[in-house]
Amino acid sequence: MKSRIPVVLLACGSFNPITNMHLRLFEVARDHLHQTGRYQVIGGIISPVNDNYGKKDLVAARHRVAMARLALQTSDWIQVDPWESEQVQWMETVKVLRHHHSELLRSLPWKEGLDQGKVDSPGPAAVPELKLLCGADVLKTFQTPNLWKDKHIQEIVEKFGLVCVDRAGHDPKGYILGSPILQRYQDNIHLAREPVQNEISATYIRRALGQGQSVKYLLPDAVIAYIKEHDLYTSPGEE
Amino acid sequence: MENSEKTEVVLLACGSFNPITNMHLRLFELAKDYMNGTGKYEVIKGIISPVGDAYKKKGLISAHHRVIMAELATKNSKWLEVDTWESLQQDWIETATVLRHHQEKLEASSCDQQQDSPVLERPGRKRKWAEQRQDFSQKKSLEQTKTKGVPKVKLLCGADLLESFGVPNLWKGEDIAKIVGDYGLICITRAGNDAQKFIYESDVLWKHQNNIHLVNEWITNDISSTKIRRALRRGQSIRYLVPDLVQEYIEKHSLYSSESEERNVGVILAPLQRKTAEADT
Repeated sequence: MKSRIPVVLLACGSFNPITNMHLRLFEVARDHLHQTGRYQVIGGIISPVNDNYGKKDLVAARHRVAMARLALQTSDWIQVDPWESEQVQWMETVKVLRHHHSELLRSLPWKEGLDQGKVDSPGPAAVPELKLLCGADVLKTFQTPNLWKDKHIQEIVEKFGLVCVDRAGHDPKGYILGSPILQRYQDNIHLAREPVQNEISATYIRRALGQGQSVKYLLPDAVIAYIKEHDLYTSPGEE
Repeated sequence: MENSEKTEVVLLACGSFNPITNMHLRLFELAKDYMNGTGKYEVIKGIISPVGDAYKKKGLISAHHRVIMAELATKNSKWLEVDTWESLQQDWIETATVLRHHQEKLEASSCDQQQDSPVLERPGRKRKWAEQRQDFSQKKSLEQTKTKGVPKVKLLCGADLLESFGVPNLWKGEDIAKIVGDYGLICITRAGNDAQKFIYESDVLWKHQNNIHLVNEWITNDISSTKIRRALRRGQSIRYLVPDLVQEYIEKHSLYSSESEERNVGVILAPLQRKTAEADT
């Protein structure tokens, strides 16, 4: 009997702030991979981007990490990892993938598996795969000139793999067809359908907060409380 | 003198809530922000009124569970509450009647508050105390009338309900008139133009357009209960689409399945049944 390949999902992004939609990405991706029968998702990692990314309105990483942590309090499989945000400078996504992949390999109970010889556990042969989780909008950005290095895109889809969740107004299949690199490795690009259209953008959240409007039920209550407590996103051009 | 002549508003949402979702809860938040933002209203309460089992909608599970889930969902809310009156009725009740029930309830409690305390007219030592008490209660009712009258109940809904006014036999013409004429509608919609067109094409809605507030929903929030139930049947996650407590409750009680979705199949929806019955008499 073929055993499932263990997978860890890694989501990179601003998470400025984290929203229910970000959290949904993980749930939808996991369901999708399980449905293929080939994978077993064993974990999820949220990696907020470094402050030096220079994106407009980006609040301090310590806040974004803290908010993600609060949001994930009730999740039993997703965690936040501040490694990327703690580096001296911004780094390309592929490097974040490489880091987490080696961490993953390092933390494996290799020897245990061999000795016990359990049938059900992944076993020494099934090396966990680390896949980049993103929305269809990120897939589109592969086309933006100079935003991604071609060799990085290739490494991402060849060595790691992509799980891309549908988003309204995007055509992920089209993006793949329009890129020779993506086409070549399309078997390693999993397109997950989000049946419930849920366009909670962090941009909208920031604007609503700036205008004193409610964002309840769009992000976890604990995150909203944190934002209020630390006076984040109260006006344009935060920090 | 401060001109605080804002009308106090209570938002009432009727529906199956089968199950309640984050989208339902968002409707309240959007409506509150909008109404308060006009400067003319102050939203003081939001009421979720799950429909009774007698509605006979396909896939409708017992009101008992639907009420509990709504209560779990609003547990941490300071202004939202669940009302079980409608769900406890034996027969299905028209929305206009539910609105009337809640408006009357508000009027009754408002009356109680404004009634002057009985003045004690005993001479002697107690007079001073009685006078003080009278002064106090007069002051109180003065304050009351200065700020607001009786709070007004308004129906909160999505565009689907507004457009359902056009479904033959689903609503009584006089009920639609009552809802928009006597109470008012706050409709959260993504497609503002379609809703406006719909209002334009209806004489009764057009007449009361000032009592119909269209609120734009910038975030496409398509978390329909139907999709939630479908996801559950397929073993898919509904986390972050409904409050955590609701998701846990559903899981604990295995509420939604192919069997539950088959409930009331072949049964005519209560309002349609009533309309047919009336036509026959």
